[in-house]
Amino acid sequence: MSSSARSSRKKPKVGLFVTCLIDAMRPSAGMAALTLLEAAGCEVIVPESQSCCGQPAWNSGDKAAARAVAIPYLDSFDDCDYVVVPSGSCAGMLAHHLVELFEDAPDLRHRQQALAIAAKSHELTSFLVDVLGVTSVPGQIKGRVAYHDSCSSLREMKVKDQPRQLLKAAGAQVVDLDQADTCCGFGGTFSVKYGDISGAMVDGKAQDVEAQHPDLLVAGDMGCLMNIAGRLSRRGSPIAVRHVAEVLAGEMTAPPIGAGSINSDTNGSDKK
Amino acid sequence: MEVSSQKFNDHVHQAVDDANLKGAMGKLTGALRPNRARAVAGLPEFDDYRDHGIAIKMHTLDHIDRYLEEFETNVVANGGHVHWCADEDSARETILGLCRQYDVKTVTKGKSMVTEELGLNAFLDQHGILPLETDLGEYIIQLRGESPSHIIAPATHLQRHDIAQTFRDAHDHLDPNRPMDTAESLTEEARQELREKYGAADAGITGANFMIAETGSTIIVTNEGNGDLTQTLAKTHIVVASMEKILPTMDDAGVMLRLLARSATGQDMSVYTTLSSGPRRPGDLDGPDSFHVVIVDNGRSTMLAGSEREMLRCLRCSACLNHCPVYASIGGHAYGWVYSGPMGKVLTPSLVGLEQTKDLPNASTFCGKCQEVCPMRIPLPKLMRNLRAKQTEQKITPLKQRVLLALWSSLASRPRFYRFVTGMMTGALARMAGPKRVFTWLPFLGNWVQSRDFVAPEGGSFFDRYRASSSPSSSKGEAHD
Repeated sequence: MSSSARSSRKKPKVGLFVTCLIDAMRPSAGMAALTLLEAAGCEVIVPESQSCCGQPAWNSGDKAAARAVAIPYLDSFDDCDYVVVPSGSCAGMLAHHLVELFEDAPDLRHRQQALAIAAKSHELTSFLVDVLGVTSVPGQIKGRVAYHDSCSSLREMKVKDQPRQLLKAAGAQVVDLDQADTCCGFGGTFSVKYGDISGAMVDGKAQDVEAQHPDLLVAGDMGCLMNIAGRLSRRGSPIAVRHVAEVLAGEMTAPPIGAGSINSDTNGSDKK
Repeated sequence: MEVSSQKFNDHVHQAVDDANLKGAMGKLTGALRPNRARAVAGLPEFDDYRDHGIAIKMHTLDHIDRYLEEFETNVVANGGHVHWCADEDSARETILGLCRQYDVKTVTKGKSMVTEELGLNAFLDQHGILPLETDLGEYIIQLRGESPSHIIAPATHLQRHDIAQTFRDAHDHLDPNRPMDTAESLTEEARQELREKYGAADAGITGANFMIAETGSTIIVTNEGNGDLTQTLAKTHIVVASMEKILPTMDDAGVMLRLLARSATGQDMSVYTTLSSGPRRPGDLDGPDSFHVVIVDNGRSTMLAGSEREMLRCLRCSACLNHCPVYASIGGHAYGWVYSGPMGKVLTPSLVGLEQTKDLPNASTFCGKCQEVCPMRIPLPKLMRNLRAKQTEQKITPLKQRVLLALWSSLASRPRFYRFVTGMMTGALARMAGPKRVFTWLPFLGNWVQSRDFVAPEGGSFFDRYRASSSPSSSKGEAHD
């Protein structure tokens, strides 16, 4: 951070969209995202006016409820160059769905603000690699790390190689899942509305993860992580689960997500 | 066909515990998905064909009246007849009328999903006409009294041992100890059984993959050749096709055929591509004496004018079913009507109404794989979301869900208060979980914890930590209070 502060180039100003799941379930992942952005030379602000992106209501077909949730943060990123989201799913909501959500909004400013946010929103790892050209990260890790592609990251935000490149830069041996592009079965409210189907899907994903014998499973989306960690834990698997930002930032003091082994994934930054 | 989509959750509950179904669904990951990937990779211009195909379909839908009339003119010029049917009743009566006109006692049938919509087999049976399915998969499920579980592979929910048992039961004139342990032996047995029936049939009924306006031809693709035998050996050939199967020209069909086979089975081309252009002419070696095309609307005109219009681009290739993780978990019967998988989740509510198909557009994670593999790039998740919005507008969405969403939205639209409430909840959960870090049971989350643990929150909130941190940028967010 000190080196970038000395740089004559103006720091890019980034608004961090924390996401409601990280705020409530995994503050460490949010702090790690902050570390990564600052280490890459960004000035980061975190507007208090955000809660959730509104996706649960939007995907339930309730436009009015989704707008109500989105309106408080619409003008919070006006003076940011970028909005960065440590989640492919919420980034997809901002970058692809917000415009449609507000396209016929009565208040014209809301339509303009939605367009502005959409144009500058990025998923965290793709922002680091594609926009900032980051090739090294603070974190260091050894061992087999499996990266799970969330569907929104993969298909809406075109995130595939970026997190893998950064994990390799941190020293990880990145392993790919056999059915890497198959959904884990989370799907937001789907996971509780259709528990039978969601359960069958996440069991398939957990088996796919186990087959690679990773020391650690990481992903960029808390929804998938809670889902897969929950199933791995139910299956009695020792595989540790973390948000990818924690590993890349080298902030792995919090125990893993779920009941995975605390020791299996700490052979990296924590021991160095 | 009767709709049983209202019982979607009951169907699902049975399906996810069905080990035999799970085994059968292995075909998707083991063969259909890799086969498509190979076929698509083998045609570098595949995406250009997709764009071209979409443009053809959009143009055709914009001028569908004109092309359907041109098709009729050319069918009549070729000596055939066209019948326009607004709904399933009129289609059934028209087909029955044709059977009566030609004194038909037995019909052979090629695979046709629109005749499944009409429930045609049961209807003909009731009126003393024997329908005999000739597609191997359709033949198997007809023997079992089942409906198709897949739009191109109707018996895909079965394993080989199921089929062997079905044949042992149905073909009881054969040696009960005959070996039936290979796909070849099963296919050969079905072939022998079916062969003698083709010639005895009075009429052949097929569907159509495409109707070609400029020539008045219909096209079907098969891998078994059963379609050819069905339509050339019987005296009367009746084609039943839904109206959106129309294409302007034969060249257009060339584009669609390239997309269809690769997307469906991963073949470069289906084994048989059969064109029917009217009755047998003097000098023809074979062909039917009379040729009829029954064009079925059954809800398509309404779709054409509505928000599900893009669904009419569908080629019925089944790529969306084959790649859908929900379909792979529950099979096709769970959807409760003719069409299943992602395309069924949009098409079924569009054709039979939202009320009895509530769950269909909701039972998706919006993973987007269907749209990715669709040769016509139909935005299936968007169309499902549209249907969810219609459910909300018409208050079809369950009251409990609407109330919960309203509560949540009123909370989440007040970010500070929202964080206060979630902070209390996650704080309590983190303390309760303690060193175990997961919950194996929680009230109100029964559907989650039935199959997976609920991970405990880490404790504290991001915003608490952020405020407490000495990061130089920590004060700047407060500007937006």
